[in-house]
Amino acid sequence: MSGNHFDNKVIQWLDDRLPIFSMLQHSAVEYPTPRNLNYWWNFGSLAGLMLVIMILTGVFLAMAYTPNEALAFNSVERIMRDVNYGWLLRYMHMNGASFFFVCVYIHIFRGLYYGSYKAPREVLWWLGLIIYLTMMGTAFMGYCLPWGQLSFWGTTVITNLFSAIPVVGDYITTWLWGGFSVANPTLNRFFALHFLLPFVIFALVFLHVVALHTTKSNNPLGIDVKGPQDTIPFHPYYTIKDLFGIGVLLMVYLGVVFFLPNFFVEPTNYIPANSMVTPPHIVPEWYFLPFYAILRSVPDKLGGVIAMFGAIVIFFFLPWIDRSKVRSAKFRPIYKQLFWMFFLVCVVLGYIGSQPPEGTMVTLGRVFSVAYFAFFPLLWLTSKFEKPKPLPQSIAAPVLKGASVGHAAQPMEKA
Amino acid sequence: MRKYLIPAFAAAVIAAATPAVAAEKAEVAHQNWSFQGVFGHYDKAQLRRGFQVFREICSNCHSMKLVAYRNLAALGFTEDQIKAIAAEKQVTDGPNDQGDMFQRPARPADHIVPPFPNDQAARVANNGALPPDLSLMTKAREGGPDYVYAILNGFVDPPAGFKVNDGMYYNEAFPGHQIAMPPPISDDAVTYADGTKATKEQIAKDASAFLNWAAEPELDTRHSLGLKVLGFLLVLTAMFYALKRKIWANVH
Repeated sequence: MSGNHFDNKVIQWLDDRLPIFSMLQHSAVEYPTPRNLNYWWNFGSLAGLMLVIMILTGVFLAMAYTPNEALAFNSVERIMRDVNYGWLLRYMHMNGASFFFVCVYIHIFRGLYYGSYKAPREVLWWLGLIIYLTMMGTAFMGYCLPWGQLSFWGTTVITNLFSAIPVVGDYITTWLWGGFSVANPTLNRFFALHFLLPFVIFALVFLHVVALHTTKSNNPLGIDVKGPQDTIPFHPYYTIKDLFGIGVLLMVYLGVVFFLPNFFVEPTNYIPANSMVTPPHIVPEWYFLPFYAILRSVPDKLGGVIAMFGAIVIFFFLPWIDRSKVRSAKFRPIYKQLFWMFFLVCVVLGYIGSQPPEGTMVTLGRVFSVAYFAFFPLLWLTSKFEKPKPLPQSIAAPVLKGASVGHAAQPMEKA
Repeated sequence: MRKYLIPAFAAAVIAAATPAVAAEKAEVAHQNWSFQGVFGHYDKAQLRRGFQVFREICSNCHSMKLVAYRNLAALGFTEDQIKAIAAEKQVTDGPNDQGDMFQRPARPADHIVPPFPNDQAARVANNGALPPDLSLMTKAREGGPDYVYAILNGFVDPPAGFKVNDGMYYNEAFPGHQIAMPPPISDDAVTYADGTKATKEQIAKDASAFLNWAAEPELDTRHSLGLKVLGFLLVLTAMFYALKRKIWANVH
């Protein structure tokens, strides 16, 4: 790992004993990156930035928050009203969760479109999915903490799902709650875990980056890097591109924080938790809605839970469900159609999840849940027979000449 | 053929989903507020009028436990005025050196003293209904200040055939249209200290603005800081973009 030469003697001394500067040089400066990455590749580092923002704002919020059922709601309001810039910390954290998920969803769909889950990046893909699952757990427990009506009832609904497990379900639910209903012990443990899990995510992100730097980045053409002419060093090319992306993200994110801070919030959560009053309409945060729709679409409770978790777990098998050797959807006419339909199905399921489960919504929910799962067998079938368009010979070729190699390949697009 | 698959699919989805969107909730009309929009800020004179409405009318039944008397400084009240306003109410303090609880006038550091000692007392005094705490009212209801305004002005005669239960009042803005709160305001229900004509609409408007302040006292700071932050980010991002173009010039 060591072996870099640094002009600064102090840095050299330290690096000979602990090669942190060599590591930085290796993975943040020299890291050979495909020269053709488009702006969709910004969202990995943007998600990383959101994680850091969430941890920093969260630590300071935890200093003023009280995880007690009698005090939690008012302690959040105390942060909003009496802690210096507490409203800013709280609104940044609250909306930060949404923007973290925005970045991660774009990042995931980018990986889907350009086939980033395929060999040799299966473990990289798995680590990403594990990060996503851990994020969902963290976000769910974080939503419990303000102890508003939806915090309480959302927690009640989702923890109750475990009671669907045969034989031991009720015991597991009681164990999760630390009692016989969602109450103070639940709030306490959710706070502890909500504080812990982001650091687990941080460690997972580290592994995700190690795996990335082992297999190297995919690119919009989905073809392998053939030599140095296909890559450029990470710094300064992608550092400046990421900084520009960060500027744009911060403008949108902080625009919401300062001017529409409650855009993503259900007003009902500003009513303190009350176990005697069930709100008329219990909805989770927007980033859970497609899965919530799937859960409600299955008439059987256990079946619904299995379908909901299965909707994510199935992605672990994607590298083998998709049997095509070609990565990028750019060269895969059938997969491209499937991808956009799947994307649309997810959006519609999200909308269905936000509506009361009545009338046409129930039918629509079932149709689109089936459509969601149909994506995978369809992909398995079509990927075998799909005739891909001719691939360019190298990344550098179309980039440098600005023209297509091979008669049907499209010229480079800037997505 | 495949080219048309996605648009056709999307159209079918939208067509199927549209009828279900029609809401059954009462529509709340939008009002103009001084604090709406990016440059919006509170009108302090309006907030003081709204506080007067709260003090003389709302606070007879409703609490506002999250707001302290000292917070009224944001409305332009002086320290002495705030002390005088607080001192009108008694709070229980103690125990003193003798071990006894005692009554004393409220101080600016105290939170606004609720009209009833507990929820049960509030229910008994209000025909079984609990007047909700008003601290977060505009954030806790869909429509915010528009909704509060619509409720205050929503007391009309029920449509023919609509059965209003005993002790309830018909309100066109309230979900279900039956509300336990009697019509709280009317023309000249208050005499404004600043001489503003106290029409029913004016009172409702001022009270709603005051409740919005109670729920979001940070709004003025938030908006002015937000403008500075976004202005800074705009310049910074433009510079990043220029730099990006320059650095990438030899790659493209």
